[in-house]
Amino acid sequence: MKVVKSLQLAVVAIASVCLSQSASAQDNTLLGAGSTFVYPLFSKIFADYDAAKHVKVNYQSIGSGGGILQLTNKTVDFGGSDAPLNDEQDKKIGVPVLHIPMASGAVVVSYNVPGVATGLKLSGKDLADIYLGKITKWNSPLIADANPGVKLPDLGIVVVHRSDGSGTSYIFTDFLTKVNEDWAKKVGKAGAVNWPAGLGGKGNAGVEGLVKQTPGAIGYVELAYAIQNHMPYASVQNKSGKYITPTLETTTLSSNVTLPADSKVSLTNTDNAKGYPITSFTWALIYKEQNYGGRSAERAKQLLELLWYNIHDGQKECAPLNYAPLSKSAVKVAEKILKSATYNGKSIL
Amino acid sequence: MDKNKRLDLSYSQMKWETIFKRLLIVMSAIILLLVVGVFFTLIVESWPSIKSLGVKFLWGKVWDPVNNIYGAYPFLIGTLLTSFTALIISIPFSYAIAIYLGEYNPKGWLSDLLKNTIELIAAVPSIIYGFWALFVLVPEVRKLETAIHVTPYGVGVFTASLVLAVMIIPYAAALGTSLIRMVPSPLKEGAYALGATRFEVIRSVILPYTRSGLFAGILLSLGRALGETMAVTVLIGNTSAIANTFKDIFFGPGNTMASVIANEFAEADHALYLSALIELGLVLFFVTVIINLIGKRIITKYTNN
Repeated sequence: MKVVKSLQLAVVAIASVCLSQSASAQDNTLLGAGSTFVYPLFSKIFADYDAAKHVKVNYQSIGSGGGILQLTNKTVDFGGSDAPLNDEQDKKIGVPVLHIPMASGAVVVSYNVPGVATGLKLSGKDLADIYLGKITKWNSPLIADANPGVKLPDLGIVVVHRSDGSGTSYIFTDFLTKVNEDWAKKVGKAGAVNWPAGLGGKGNAGVEGLVKQTPGAIGYVELAYAIQNHMPYASVQNKSGKYITPTLETTTLSSNVTLPADSKVSLTNTDNAKGYPITSFTWALIYKEQNYGGRSAERAKQLLELLWYNIHDGQKECAPLNYAPLSKSAVKVAEKILKSATYNGKSIL
Repeated sequence: MDKNKRLDLSYSQMKWETIFKRLLIVMSAIILLLVVGVFFTLIVESWPSIKSLGVKFLWGKVWDPVNNIYGAYPFLIGTLLTSFTALIISIPFSYAIAIYLGEYNPKGWLSDLLKNTIELIAAVPSIIYGFWALFVLVPEVRKLETAIHVTPYGVGVFTASLVLAVMIIPYAAALGTSLIRMVPSPLKEGAYALGATRFEVIRSVILPYTRSGLFAGILLSLGRALGETMAVTVLIGNTSAIANTFKDIFFGPGNTMASVIANEFAEADHALYLSALIELGLVLFFVTVIINLIGKRIITKYTNN
């Protein structure tokens, strides 16, 4: 009996702790959660926005998947994601969700090849074959063909990938899936896949550590990370056959193509002849119908105004932080999408 | 009158006695509930995966989130291999430290310095170990691997075990030190009186007397090694493919259950994937429980002898 009573008391104690946690509702702060990639940009834009409009935004960088989950559970006003909702996530949410592009990012291929300090060129197909473990030497004729005049060493290639599930891996595997049939068949695209070869490094820093130290290593990181850490990166051949060096400009150009009205598009292997081929939007996700869970019309308006600010004035923060600003066609599409959001069926903006 | 006052006092004393006892029971009950709660949550959440994959989950060798094929075997091997290798490397050090600090040099500044340093080892966050090893230890391991003609990845099961070994030394060492200091001096003095040397006293008096406690320290270390995540994930190479020869498995990249969960949980974007990751947690839970049970059995057996 005594034990039972103690157990009951214990349950009450635990429950009261949980309840006091969930009761902390914040009324005047907009809440967001998701992508870690976009976090530095968002914190800068949101700080500016708070200074200008006195609206606070609390964005938690818990990863794209987490952000989508929080939006599904209606605990945040918007989610941040580096990949559009997949079918299962779409079904789970059950109502239309708008994807608003916020900026674009590129994934670059870094390498550590003794004697080749900069300027390595790679085609998408060869890149996939390297990651499949089919091309195992740097002096393979396939790589040499793309790099005339470059003396490639007789050295084994050590493939490095991200060990953690990430938007970066999603963009990278999405590109490989498009340019190499074998990759599409054997591996496919996802934030985490069954890597056929190589080592996994934790986060951008883990990949950087392995690439920098291992002679013969090849790895992929975000462009911003590579620039900040002075890592060499390869030019990658795009759909038009040109080898494009990843920069903020070539990243922005990759999205300057005809975009679908919902912006849910994979930018990799872009049609733009001047665009770098391994790029992606990062999106803010909101419900199309903003009247849910007792939200006020005012809060919905605040949210929409914030996102409107992001795609216009906020874009000037992109370049200093090494994000690629939205292209003209992307801004136009984003504006249309924001205007389609409704409160009780009536448009907000 | 005098008698009544005495009774009053004892009544309030009794009350406190009861309240204090209740408090203790409630505290322990909370812990018990938490463990049981964790266990049930793990089972409930991993049910979709258990249902769809069955026991095959345990010896499946492929981990492919894209095609929803999940096998825990490579991670199970990785977890056991890193933990036990680390344990074997760490035992000589932790025993030596325990004997030195417990018997040879129990007092004085050098003893304090050593003891604090060892405690500091336990206080360093594991991510620091991970990145320190990635930039300092890995190049050395790579040289060693080149010398013994295995693929010089640098990272892998062996490197992770080395760092794990350093991380778990304090647990067995600290427990061992206090136990050895607690060996009754009449026992030791008796042995000395009979003409035993210091080494003989340690071998025939101190070690047998503290055997079960020292073993408990090892178990504590092992538990820590099984669950360690951050340092391991930075160093183990994170590949789910399993090599063919033991040499390649031991020096090559691998993965552990804790590391896979930490790596993939945040971005697991479909239900079965998430469920499979939670099932990994359940397997880890069972592995820890089983190893602890075996350990307890061994301790009882030694103590009875």
